[in-house]
Amino acid sequence: MAKAYYMDKATSCLPVFHTSELTKTYQQGEVEVHALRGVSLDLFSGELVVMLGASGSGKSTLLNILGGLDVPTSGEVKYQDIDLTRAKDRELTRYRRNYVGFVFQFYNLIPSLTARENVIAVTEIARDPMSPEAALELVGLGKRMDHFPAQLSGGEQQRVAIARAIAKRPKVLLCDEPTGALDSATGALVLAALDTANRETGTTTVIITHNASIAQMADRVITLSDGTISGEYRNATRQDPRTLSW
Amino acid sequence: MLLFRASALHTKLRRELWQMRGQTLAIALVIAGGIAVCLLSLVNYSSLTATRTQYYQERQFADVFTSLKRAPRHVLPRVADIPGVTRISGRVEGVAKLEVPGFNDPASARLVSLPPQGQPDVNRVYLRHGRLPHAARNDEVAVIGSFAEAHDLLLGDRLGAIINGRRQSLTVVGIVESPEFIYVIPPGGMLPDYERYGVLWMAREALASAMDMRGAFNSLVLQVDPALPVAGVIDRLDRLLAPYGSTGAYAREEQFSHRFLSDELNQLKTMAVIFPTIFMAVAMFLLNVVITRLISTQRDIIAVLKAFGYSNWQIGWHYSQLVLSIAFIGLLIGTVAGVWLGRALGELYMDYYRFPELLFSISPLWVLLLGLLTLLVALLGGWRAIGSAAALPPAEAMRPEAPASYRVTITERMLSWIRFSQPSRMIVRQLARRPARAAMSVTGIAMATAIVMVGNFQFSSVSLMVHTQFARVQQQDLTVSLTDPVNQSAMYGMTRQPGVRYTEGRRVVAVELVNGHRQWRTALTGIPDDARLQFVVDEHLNRVAIPPAGLLLTDFLAAELGLAAGDPVQVQVLEGHRPVLNLQVSGVTSEFLGVGAYMNLAAMNRALKEGPVINQVLMNLEPGQAETVYRDLRDTPRVMAINIRQAMLDSFFETLAKTFLTYTLVISLLGGVIAFGVIYNTVRISLAERGRDLASLRVLGYSHNEVAHILLGELAILLILGIPLGWAIGHGLASLVVAMMQTELYRVPLIITGRTLALAANVVIVSALASGCITWWRLSKLDLVAVLKTRE
Repeated sequence: MAKAYYMDKATSCLPVFHTSELTKTYQQGEVEVHALRGVSLDLFSGELVVMLGASGSGKSTLLNILGGLDVPTSGEVKYQDIDLTRAKDRELTRYRRNYVGFVFQFYNLIPSLTARENVIAVTEIARDPMSPEAALELVGLGKRMDHFPAQLSGGEQQRVAIARAIAKRPKVLLCDEPTGALDSATGALVLAALDTANRETGTTTVIITHNASIAQMADRVITLSDGTISGEYRNATRQDPRTLSW
Repeated sequence: MLLFRASALHTKLRRELWQMRGQTLAIALVIAGGIAVCLLSLVNYSSLTATRTQYYQERQFADVFTSLKRAPRHVLPRVADIPGVTRISGRVEGVAKLEVPGFNDPASARLVSLPPQGQPDVNRVYLRHGRLPHAARNDEVAVIGSFAEAHDLLLGDRLGAIINGRRQSLTVVGIVESPEFIYVIPPGGMLPDYERYGVLWMAREALASAMDMRGAFNSLVLQVDPALPVAGVIDRLDRLLAPYGSTGAYAREEQFSHRFLSDELNQLKTMAVIFPTIFMAVAMFLLNVVITRLISTQRDIIAVLKAFGYSNWQIGWHYSQLVLSIAFIGLLIGTVAGVWLGRALGELYMDYYRFPELLFSISPLWVLLLGLLTLLVALLGGWRAIGSAAALPPAEAMRPEAPASYRVTITERMLSWIRFSQPSRMIVRQLARRPARAAMSVTGIAMATAIVMVGNFQFSSVSLMVHTQFARVQQQDLTVSLTDPVNQSAMYGMTRQPGVRYTEGRRVVAVELVNGHRQWRTALTGIPDDARLQFVVDEHLNRVAIPPAGLLLTDFLAAELGLAAGDPVQVQVLEGHRPVLNLQVSGVTSEFLGVGAYMNLAAMNRALKEGPVINQVLMNLEPGQAETVYRDLRDTPRVMAINIRQAMLDSFFETLAKTFLTYTLVISLLGGVIAFGVIYNTVRISLAERGRDLASLRVLGYSHNEVAHILLGELAILLILGIPLGWAIGHGLASLVVAMMQTELYRVPLIITGRTLALAANVVIVSALASGCITWWRLSKLDLVAVLKTRE
């Protein structure tokens, strides 16, 4: 079982996330699914990590646990001093509210709110948010702030989702297949927005994907298969996402 | 039991009904509510009508009634010879003041004679206990059940009676009921008072000798061949009996007890129409919303089924079956509940109307019709959605529904100075996106509010009406009816009696008012100029001056007779020399309670060509002196009956409270069911449609309560809009009910009290809270992870 320890002097030497021997088993209908079979890893402040894995490798389950959407069956998961292992719904809500930004494959924008209002929906419950306009400028949507989701393209919607995720200045940004529903060119734009957000805000960013090309934009790449970490490496340089294609 | 061939579609149907069992039940309950009220009213109406009909038949209830001064019994065969007359019974009637041991209030009774063979040919009595008085005994009586029950009279108990000024002791040998006295109202009274007024039956010889009517009769009841017109018989009868002081024969339709009973039965019929209509309309709306929603979530399934070769008709029928199943569940619950409630309420009415036994009747045809109507209503409700499902082209159905488009609402623009939170914006825009549905939800809530109001306002209205009547209009403590008119000076003797503070004399005569072919038997009351105790008021409770000449009529009566102020009216006096007066209607006034014709006392005395006479005395008593006055009055020869205001009020409210409160409870419950049905379905659909948005917000860090705020906030807005609208609709429905329930006994004024409004709102709010709690709990089970993995 691989254990991923990586110290990046350029970022920080303290892990923001620490997991050890995480397992997750759940019932799917009458079948018991072992989604995670003992995952131990650390994530460090400011780094951009891409987690690669085929579908069913457990990457989404891991992301959900890191994001406080789910709790592990066994093992330990800590965000700084916060123990997420056995946290109750109320504590998980507070954790998500204060520390985590999410970007989803299907954007999950609120259709009845405009781009700006979707961002405000998060900033108005955050402790120290940036202005919604600034967040939207950052993802290049300064001109389309008052459009409803139904009036935006898929790529634009995803960038609104990124703006919404970073506007509260989260400590960690978790992205689940952010380009999964987009074509290559649009996907590159979305990844560029994530890259910019990571560089400019220093937010620890985790992108999970099955698309190996995306790995080149990461500081570090972790590969998951069958519920365990099957490999990890560090890129010497992060490649500009705009140059990626698949 | 395998009703259907268990095809895959049937299995799908069964599972889906089970999955949405909450909503299925909520809609089924609304349908059940409508059916229950309808059946309940129908069951009551048809059972009571059938019971009455059978009772009338078994007891040979008369078709024609008449009273006269005195006629020898040998006139009877001539009456029997009138063509069309099939059965007759000549009787002696009288009045008695009663002394019931242990009861100090004045009580009086109507006395009716029984022929030597026991049962009369017409208006036979129903023997509840004991036996009929023996023909040769002059001290035996049979007592009407209501009076016996009010005093716990048992066989063998003794009563004191003053008949024709002579005191007699009577023994109760039987307790009976009669079709003639289902509804008993004391003379001079407006409402039944079972404790103080009863009916007693005595052997003819005994009563005749007490009344000095040996060999004679003063009351005649007869039955007429149903094939022949009653009017012809009445005509001949009047001519035959005119020399004997007849007050004029009248048909069953004008008989007091029969008329009041018919009024009440008609009210039941009204109920059977109004309430079910509202319930069915709401059920239709709910089905429409729920089925539309269900079908939009099943687009892909419909597409697949069509791709496999299911026809449009099969798809349409599949969803129709869903609708019909819900309707059928409702029909089943409603039928069982309606029949059960109908029976229970029927028992209550039995107590009230004193029929010997309730004939339980409901025509299967009605149930069948109601069933068909329900299924039709359900199909109509689901029509549009089912039609659109059937018409959906498979390729289009495969694609997800077009994304919801929203817009910035006018409300937000207008209220731009308010800083809306984003959840609040979501609420406003959701409502604005589906304005028709929001409007229907508001209407549903309004209907629920209105139903509770309609069920309740009558109680407040009637209480207020009666209180007003007695506090403002009838200020006397006692109304004393005299056997014969006396000179006004006799009243001053009464005033001097110990305990009497003030008296006021009136003249009351039985009259028939005639306008062309319309006629109405009522009392004409002569009121003195300076009346202080009882006078006539209008609908605003302002005193109406009695015109110096001519008649003042209650508007209900004027309408029945087709008369207006200024019209001439013929007044046939039914007493004394039976003069026929041609007078003028000089005014019309509204009264809540009873109907009447009024005249200035002096003008009336002049018209009747009599001196300054009165035959009714109103009294105010000194506090604490009532018993003394009652005793004195009982021994005063010319006093026929005494009505005590307080006693009349008490007995009225006792009856009213019993019937109305039961009814109110039932209606409030049903209103609650509607409210719950509407609100629960609205919230559940909202939850289904917006589960994804809400889950997304939860993921973004919104707490359970903050997310619940979005759903429940929408509900709150619907309530805030729906309840006042419901008050307005309730007001409208109430005035409709008021208009449809005008009876001779009382005309309920339209009075909506704050209590009624509050009760209606509360019932709806409690239902909303119940739905809210269920939704809140459902929200906690929202699967956050699953929602993120699916495309909308």
